Amino acid sequence: MRVTLFITCLVDQFFPNVGVSMVRLLRRYGCEVSFPQSQTCCGQPAFNSGYVREAREVALNQLNAFEGAEYVVSPSGSCSGMVHHYYHELFADDPRLAARADALAAKTYEFSQFLVNVLGVTDVGAVCPHTVTYHPACHGSRILGIKNEPMALLQHVEGITLLPLPKAEDCCGFGGAFSVKLGDISGAMVNEKVDHITETDADFLVSGDMGCLMNMGGQMKKRGLKTEPLHLAEFLYRFSS
Amino acid sequence: MAQQKSTLKERANVAFQDDFLRKAVRFTADRLRGRKADSTGALGDWEEWRERGRAIRSHVIENLDYYLDQFIQNAEKRGIHVHFAKNTEDAIAISLKIAKDKNTKLIAKSKSMVSEEVHLNHYFEEQGIECLETDLGEWIVQLAHETPSHIIIPAIHKNRYQVQELFEKESGETLSSDTKVLAGYARRKLRQRFAEAEIGMTGCNFALAESGSVVLFSNEGNARMVTTLPKTHIVMMGMERIIPSWEDLEVMANLLPRSATGQKITVYMTALSGPRRAGEVDGPEDVHIIILDNGRSAILGDDEFQEVLNCIRCGACLNVCPVYRQVGGHTYGGTYSGPIGAVITPLLMEDKKQWGELAYASSLCGACHEACPVKIPLHDMLVHLRRRYVEAGFTPLSERMAYKGYAAGFKSVGAYKLAGKSARWVQLTVMGDEKEESALAKNTPMHGWTKYRTLPEPNKKAFRDRWADLAAEPPQAPRGPKPKKETE
Repeated sequence: MRVTLFITCLVDQFFPNVGVSMVRLLRRYGCEVSFPQSQTCCGQPAFNSGYVREAREVALNQLNAFEGAEYVVSPSGSCSGMVHHYYHELFADDPRLAARADALAAKTYEFSQFLVNVLGVTDVGAVCPHTVTYHPACHGSRILGIKNEPMALLQHVEGITLLPLPKAEDCCGFGGAFSVKLGDISGAMVNEKVDHITETDADFLVSGDMGCLMNMGGQMKKRGLKTEPLHLAEFLYRFSS
Repeated sequence: MAQQKSTLKERANVAFQDDFLRKAVRFTADRLRGRKADSTGALGDWEEWRERGRAIRSHVIENLDYYLDQFIQNAEKRGIHVHFAKNTEDAIAISLKIAKDKNTKLIAKSKSMVSEEVHLNHYFEEQGIECLETDLGEWIVQLAHETPSHIIIPAIHKNRYQVQELFEKESGETLSSDTKVLAGYARRKLRQRFAEAEIGMTGCNFALAESGSVVLFSNEGNARMVTTLPKTHIVMMGMERIIPSWEDLEVMANLLPRSATGQKITVYMTALSGPRRAGEVDGPEDVHIIILDNGRSAILGDDEFQEVLNCIRCGACLNVCPVYRQVGGHTYGGTYSGPIGAVITPLLMEDKKQWGELAYASSLCGACHEACPVKIPLHDMLVHLRRRYVEAGFTPLSERMAYKGYAAGFKSVGAYKLAGKSARWVQLTVMGDEKEESALAKNTPMHGWTKYRTLPEPNKKAFRDRWADLAAEPPQAPRGPKPKKETE
């Protein structure tokens, strides 16, 4: 199976280990993995802020980068969600580009979706004698409808103690530019989220989007919490190798 | 009335200084969410009900002129006076004329967000006519000289001690903070006044086209007092409140109370079909319906926003919104708060620059869309509103330049690599390391972030620069149980 990596700009620049973990996991299951160097960003930062022209320029580069791919897999529900939910709208006034956007959306998967629904893997053979709590990132769960896949993967980890996160479905307050533009409101949101994480006292906080993890992790670090934020791919790889 | 001139941030700061408000909002929102989950679970396939609700509302809004016409004809046949108000001024002029014709000194009101929208109380008070709010929450807010901070729980931001204080001030009596005592006081006090009011005024949850009837959902019984005791009843409703038939009402009666308060049905569901007839013992002698446009018709036919008129004003989106939860309703500045307010206020108000900033009061988490009983894509609408705000040139130059820079840096990989390197340099030299926010950073827009969180550590080697090595690694065998596909 040919998999083309859609490494988000955040993972590329700040959290390369997430990408590395994902590649190694996918290759274990026989995927032939490639990484087009021409890719940059999905365009979401501009799109969500209302700068559609700017988002389109960036998204066009992505359309070109993934042309000819069989499966496109990304360690982000938010960036995959952008492709699925908004690329069509972004190119709606050009039928040829809109068709290419639809084709890309049809073959784009978030990491846990691809692993569970396409490869049929729920048990990666990981062993983790620790406590873990899971935050379902909003765009993955609400835009892409990822509900059970990450939990299925975690439940198959041997020795794991999964601790429910109170109000897990509440947004962590990231929201891209929102976290800078309305910093105090976003700060209050992440504050409440980290209160709930503290309540669980888990060793690891696992989620599927580095934006959310960077937000929650940033405040956890400020508070000096021992809970380590970790992307699902990195978590599964670390405890299965 | 004076327009709200403060900014979203300034209003949020007021909320942040009010711990009581923030606790009260969170407490009540949690209770409502819990109750909603219980009551929708009991209805079977909630998603199917939502879809039915969406279909009914979308059908009506797509054919609004037809159903409005049918409603007006049927209402008039029943002896109701129907008025159409293009805007706030019309709505005030029409209601003032009715009030003056009846020589009114007191109007008893119940359940009308639309009258809040046109600031009716304010204009009437200027004319020496008292408008008494008789919904408990509305009355509390009125006594505090505030506006409602939730669509269905106007006093969500107040706790019982604050209510005790307001009631003691109003009555000159000493009351306890026991909710039964406080509710008892309100009951005694308001009962006297229902009988004194010459006019009763209400809103309208649904207006039935097939019969010209108006339906009100309520819990306190005051709406019944307001619609039966005074000699004249005025209904003020948004022009989009219509549903075609009694059959459709059944769907709405299942969706609205469950979404709003988690009740299977409200204590009262009142259907009003015209003035008192010969031989009837109660009810008003004269009924007026004022149908308000006030910007709504401009939303009709707008592909991106028409569905917002499907809203049945249940407040479910407020109860799940993580932004509303932190800052409460007054932060939104307008009549309607929460996600629905962030969408509808900029659409209805003329000053698009001032009110358009409300569209930014969201992290776009989508909880509002998921909670909406008629499936309005509020999160998408927020993005569309932001786009229009940008297109209208309302965003600051610095922001426009920043996104131009973003596009230039990310539209091709050459510029992207350079941008990545300079971003690392900027972060290390200007922003400070991940533990400490630098003094310089405090004066940049990034302060919004760094005040609450550390920045991620810049990586020395981006993923793309590790790719060549990674591609050369030999594949490993899967560990643990084999994947399903191979064992099948």
